[in-house]
Amino acid sequence: MSSTIKSPWIIHYDASSCNGCDIEVLACLTPQYDVERFGIINTGNPKHADILLVTGSVNERNINVVQQIYEQMLEPKVVIACGICATTGGIFKECYNTLGGIDKAIPVDVYAPGCAVRPEAIIDAVVIGLGILEQKRTALEQGKLVSEKSADCVTAADKIVDGQTVRAAALKITKG
Amino acid sequence: MGKKTIIPFGPQHPVLPEPVHVDLVVEDEKVIEAIPQIGFIHRGLEKLVQKKDFMQFVAVTERICGICAFGHSMGYSETIEILMGLEIPKRAQYLRVIWHELSRIHSHLLWLGLLADGFGYENLFMQCWRLRENVLGIFEKTTGGRVIFSACNVGGVTQDIEDGDLKGIVAILDGMRSEYEELLKTFLYDSSVKNRLSGIGYLSKQDAESLCLAGPFARASGLVEDCRLDGYGGYGDLAAFEPVLSEDGDGHARCEVRAREVYQSMDIIAEMVSKIPDTPISLPVKGMPGAGTAAVHHVEQPRGESFYYAKGNGTKFLSRFRIRTPTSHNIGGMTKILQGCDLADVALNILTIDPCISCTER
Repeated sequence: MSSTIKSPWIIHYDASSCNGCDIEVLACLTPQYDVERFGIINTGNPKHADILLVTGSVNERNINVVQQIYEQMLEPKVVIACGICATTGGIFKECYNTLGGIDKAIPVDVYAPGCAVRPEAIIDAVVIGLGILEQKRTALEQGKLVSEKSADCVTAADKIVDGQTVRAAALKITKG
Repeated sequence: MGKKTIIPFGPQHPVLPEPVHVDLVVEDEKVIEAIPQIGFIHRGLEKLVQKKDFMQFVAVTERICGICAFGHSMGYSETIEILMGLEIPKRAQYLRVIWHELSRIHSHLLWLGLLADGFGYENLFMQCWRLRENVLGIFEKTTGGRVIFSACNVGGVTQDIEDGDLKGIVAILDGMRSEYEELLKTFLYDSSVKNRLSGIGYLSKQDAESLCLAGPFARASGLVEDCRLDGYGGYGDLAAFEPVLSEDGDGHARCEVRAREVYQSMDIIAEMVSKIPDTPISLPVKGMPGAGTAAVHHVEQPRGESFYYAKGNGTKFLSRFRIRTPTSHNIGGMTKILQGCDLADVALNILTIDPCISCTER
């Protein structure tokens, strides 16, 4: 077990959520639930963060922001979709300005549904996320890949193949 | 005079729980202009009235904002009740006021915590949020939900609180008072808090009036602006209601107004519980909003006046639903107080207006 999963730092971004899940994410950090006892700290800097907690169903305006935050985070990294809006679009699925789910923008590792998501569900999701973080770290050490990109994702991501960094765009071409 | 530089602030920023983007035009350390950009949380929720019928739409209005969730469902329900000419039972009106004022306590404690976090007083932040969990506990006990709890419906409320539990709520709030007293002393008289907040983001009464500000932001500048004064619903039965005002108009005054409003809400809840009548909690809603009918209504949310408009067309779908939320008035005041402030005070100034971007952009 590495030191990373003993003290994962989280970053939170509100991608057109109603605030309900956001205040529950914050509530996790405060005395009643107090995830800081597990070494989890909320940070504002993507480069310091291991886990990205995203709430809300992404819209056209903030899809770039979500993708930028994701790309700025260093490997290994885990994305947790908090709340039903982040999972599928939820009640806003039929709205004209929602894309419906964070997985439309970035690859998601763990889904934590609920409206609003309960702090217990967020903590459970983070614990599952830690296992994935450890797997990714081991894979990274062995020179295997990094975060998998979903097919409809528009941003470029790097992969490491035989110790060489290959741009995702180039990979797409080789895949045909 | 230095050269003009534009510094982008947001949408992702540690001090902001919600995304808002401000382009700060700075000259040396002074901000000379702040240009807000919004749209990061726009979902297009008002158009959903064409897909969800007027009874289902309560669930959507509740999700306009997770902090003032109950207030929005109450505002929408009251608008539809005015539209259809319904007079709901007294007990339902009182229960609505009780939940709404509990929401105000939770919202203000949340904001006081975020403010403390904004100037680096981590301990105070944790204490505010610890106290706030008591209120969320009440929500969970009475309705099952913590932040979004679907207790309001067109025609009344969905669940009753038994008289014994109502007394329990008052007892919990009374228990909070002594602990809250200590926090209040820190916010109002602690020298480090005072030094950080006094004189920051001053806004005169004239400016507050001309910018049509709402809620605690306006009241901190001495403007008497509170929809609860109308006495609609349960508020009409209060023995006396006096809005909390301050004349100072700076960040500390805004902190003081919100901090004192927590006590006011506790008093309102205690009074409502002592007077609550024993009537049904809802009445059956028959028929549809008539063709060509329209209604307007306003509700005092924790952040200020929220305005509702609904237009019926004889079917179960409304033809138009419109909300104007307090932060959309207050963003004008925010850009005003950002002009001429130090770059280091920008985050705090944005915080002191208590922006709710989810409400504003819907």
